Amino acid sequence: MSKPADARQRQMHHPQVEAWWREMDCGFAQVADVFEECLYEALTAFSRKEMDDYVAAAKHLSRLGRGPEPVLAFLEAWPSAAAAVGAEALADVMAAARALQASPNGHAIAPFLQTLAPVARRLGSREQLAFYLDIARDLMARTTGSIHGRHATIASPGLPAFFRQAPQLVEALPMAGLQNWVEYGIRHYGDHPQQQEEYFKLALADSRAVLQRERHGTLFADAERRLDLTLRALWRDPVPLIPYSTAYHELRQPVPYYDRLGMRVPDVYDERDGISGLDRYRAALAHMAGHRRWSTPQVADNWSPFQRLAVEFLEDARIDCLLMREYPGLARILLALHPRPAPDACDPETTSCLRHRLAMLSRACLDAAHGYADSLLNETVAAFRAALDGGVASTSRMAELALAYVARTRRHSDQFARIHFDGTVVDYRDDNRQLWKFIEEGDEEEAFDAPRQTVQDEEPQGLPPRHYPEWDQATQTYRPDWVSLYEALHPPGESARIDRLLEKHAALARRLMRLLDLIKPQNKQRIRYQEDGSELDLDTAIRSLIDYKCGITPDPRINMNHRTSGRNIAVLLLLDLSESLNQKVAGGEQTVLELSQEAVSLLAMAIERLNDPFAIAGFHSNTRHEVRYLHVKGFSEHWDDTVKGRLAAAGAGWSTRMGGALRHAGAALARRQADKRLLLLLTDGEPADIDVRDPVHLHADAKQAVGELAAQGVDTFCLSLDPKADAYVQGIFGKRHLVLDRVEQLPEKLPLLYMALTK
Amino acid sequence: MDIEQYKIGKEPFYQPQGDEVALYEAAYAARLPVMLKGPTGCGKSRFVEYMAWKLGKPLVTVACNEDMTASDLVGRYLLDREGTRWLDGPLTIAARIGAVCYLDEIVEARQDTTVVIHPLTDHRRVLPLDKKGEVVAAHPDFQLVISYNPGYQSLMKDLKQSTKQRFAAFDFDYPEAALETQIVARETGVDIETAGRLVKVAQTARNLKGHGLAEGVSTRLVVYAAQLIRRGVDPRAACRTAMARPITDDADIRDTLDHAVDAVFA
Repeated sequence: MSKPADARQRQMHHPQVEAWWREMDCGFAQVADVFEECLYEALTAFSRKEMDDYVAAAKHLSRLGRGPEPVLAFLEAWPSAAAAVGAEALADVMAAARALQASPNGHAIAPFLQTLAPVARRLGSREQLAFYLDIARDLMARTTGSIHGRHATIASPGLPAFFRQAPQLVEALPMAGLQNWVEYGIRHYGDHPQQQEEYFKLALADSRAVLQRERHGTLFADAERRLDLTLRALWRDPVPLIPYSTAYHELRQPVPYYDRLGMRVPDVYDERDGISGLDRYRAALAHMAGHRRWSTPQVADNWSPFQRLAVEFLEDARIDCLLMREYPGLARILLALHPRPAPDACDPETTSCLRHRLAMLSRACLDAAHGYADSLLNETVAAFRAALDGGVASTSRMAELALAYVARTRRHSDQFARIHFDGTVVDYRDDNRQLWKFIEEGDEEEAFDAPRQTVQDEEPQGLPPRHYPEWDQATQTYRPDWVSLYEALHPPGESARIDRLLEKHAALARRLMRLLDLIKPQNKQRIRYQEDGSELDLDTAIRSLIDYKCGITPDPRINMNHRTSGRNIAVLLLLDLSESLNQKVAGGEQTVLELSQEAVSLLAMAIERLNDPFAIAGFHSNTRHEVRYLHVKGFSEHWDDTVKGRLAAAGAGWSTRMGGALRHAGAALARRQADKRLLLLLTDGEPADIDVRDPVHLHADAKQAVGELAAQGVDTFCLSLDPKADAYVQGIFGKRHLVLDRVEQLPEKLPLLYMALTK
Repeated sequence: MDIEQYKIGKEPFYQPQGDEVALYEAAYAARLPVMLKGPTGCGKSRFVEYMAWKLGKPLVTVACNEDMTASDLVGRYLLDREGTRWLDGPLTIAARIGAVCYLDEIVEARQDTTVVIHPLTDHRRVLPLDKKGEVVAAHPDFQLVISYNPGYQSLMKDLKQSTKQRFAAFDFDYPEAALETQIVARETGVDIETAGRLVKVAQTARNLKGHGLAEGVSTRLVVYAAQLIRRGVDPRAACRTAMARPITDDADIRDTLDHAVDAVFA
């Protein structure tokens, strides 16, 4: 049939379809090409009324002035989407499309409709779909920009990307999680178009991290230790476990496997068929452990892919049987996860049924109550059982059985390109890559290409960054791995400068020393109930005498001893080294930094005298990507010239991102064995950084960090040099703070403060 | 002195794991002091009981603890109406009546306490009571047996070389699975299959030793679980109560052991 130039005049085979096509009154040739086919598919599912609505909706979409894409997408998507969420949901979908058209986001209609079918299939109900549309509408409303604040004129950068990712997102996230994920993106990338688009495209590390946090199912990270222990306890096979990501391969889901580096498992398992995610992990691990214990690699050069497939199925079944023999309780998990293919699920006339036959065979090997009547299958199962009876059989014996079975059941249709997959995938089984060895590498052996040279990256300098979360006050959640903290040794400087500073304060130092001698540990502790001791303990001696008078066996431990008790306090002094330290003190020549150095020197000297374990570190930040944490003195170092040199070289610059530094310092301190752990923070201003506009955010994060440290048994105390600190410092540190109004007193106050705190 | 109270009346059940019975008999014939090493609950005390019964000798057992002093072992003076009276400690009693003296978990006692056994454990075979001014020559049948669990591996809780090198030592460990199964079945009367499964659960826990568990599940705990099962308790509940819960407070390990119990008892 020749095609008329005007698509409107296109002839359809069916008169009713032709009537609808006239009704559509649509000039797009591409639409005309598929119209009839789409309508036939829709006719199988829709009533007459629903057909009319369907065509009317398509007509509306073809009139938007957005080309053929929206209507093409709709015609293809709606019949299968309606099967999942019901045809009544059409009103919701069209309302959403109209809302998009009415905003500057009309170009997002096509991606919206293109992904509608998989999204609807996954959501499965009209309510869930409405929820999804609400989330999308919220995203649209909040990211569509306006120039003068009145009319929305700038299209949302993230919306089309969101629609394109939607199938993956709804697959991985429950609706509440999706809402949180979108909320996070709007909040953090709302006014950065490029990053917003990348966030919704899942191209930012952040968006993936939040996605991972919001997922449903059992996350590998939460179960890792239990899985390690399971491998060790049940299988005595402690290999490393390495997760791979499941979120980014919608079509080709990777399956577990193991290689010489360890066992690879997905990063999340959902509950399925009443088996918890954790048990699914355990099933996968058990299966791999079984292979490692009982399988021997087979030379596969002369086997066809079909033959290899059959050997894999039977070998996997052998492993599962041995697993269940070893631990009968695993049967519940494995049988629930193993598909139970119906004998007539696959039509051998049109489809390759090899996988289907093998899955049935595998099921029958595992499950005595399989109920399959096929005689050849039952014969093979009997041979399989006989092989396993009283032994573990071997991979090669399984290969014999499998090859025989495949040869005897061979059908012409096995070669068809259309392969029956449904209900044949056993997802706790690995991909069996360790089961094969090939004598010849492949056909490409004679290639003469030089091996590809990869450019070696330069070795990064210093330690790799440590990542710390940051508390988000607005959502009451942690932003995962938000802050990158670089830890380094402070570069050395001239130690004599510190000595000169100390000389200047010689009188103060002498006074301090006298004070220190007073608080040095002198308190004696009494150890009672000693049979031999330095003194008679009168209380117990009298008690023993009474016992003796009464004729009861007296306790002979009537002496006591003394012991001097030591202090057991670990201290970490954390210095804020931000730019503001370079300011001169009012009415003086010295900068705040110099005063701080003097004070720290005096304090260090004092603590050295007291013999408390003591460390000094400084920090400053340049956005969340670079928080620098500089070691000045470690717990095991003495207050010597090296340390003094580092302190003398301390410079000030950049901003004060407190939370990450507090967390890092607190972690170092929490590892110390001590009765008391004190984190002393010396700062001259409030937490702030150039990439944070909301000052409250970093306050809240610092407060959260202080709370975390308290939970780890680290006391935090803040000495603030900011005269305006009263406004916020109480909110962050509670009562554990001191604001020093006259900065010039710092050298005197800091050591006294320390003594008061630790007395 | 009533020696009969120290005698073992009925034959205790002991399943030899190797040639330890013959070795012990030889050591006893030579009156060598014996040291039994091994994890808790693997049958050390039962072995001593069995040997004492087999040799027909009385058995004096002392459970050592860190508050124990030398006088708790050798004896002390007590005051009474007439003046003072000497009371023998368990070690002295055993040396006088010719008993097997078993010091259980000797490392728990302080090191200055343990040295009082030295003169009894070399060629002298005497026990000087310095407060009383008497030297007790050990009865010809007297033998000293100590036990300790080297698993503690604490620097504070180890025997001095001078103590260690006075003993013939026997190494004990949890028996092989098949043997342990027999032991559990015989000791408690559960059927062999249940006993085998219990032992299997115990072995999964033993695989975790050093990875969050200081000690695996002992044979004693397996026996406890079997006894609960004999009283009609569900095997899984019995395993949890008697084997998993006592050895750990770690949620992950408890979870893993529970999974092992579920996997073994289908």
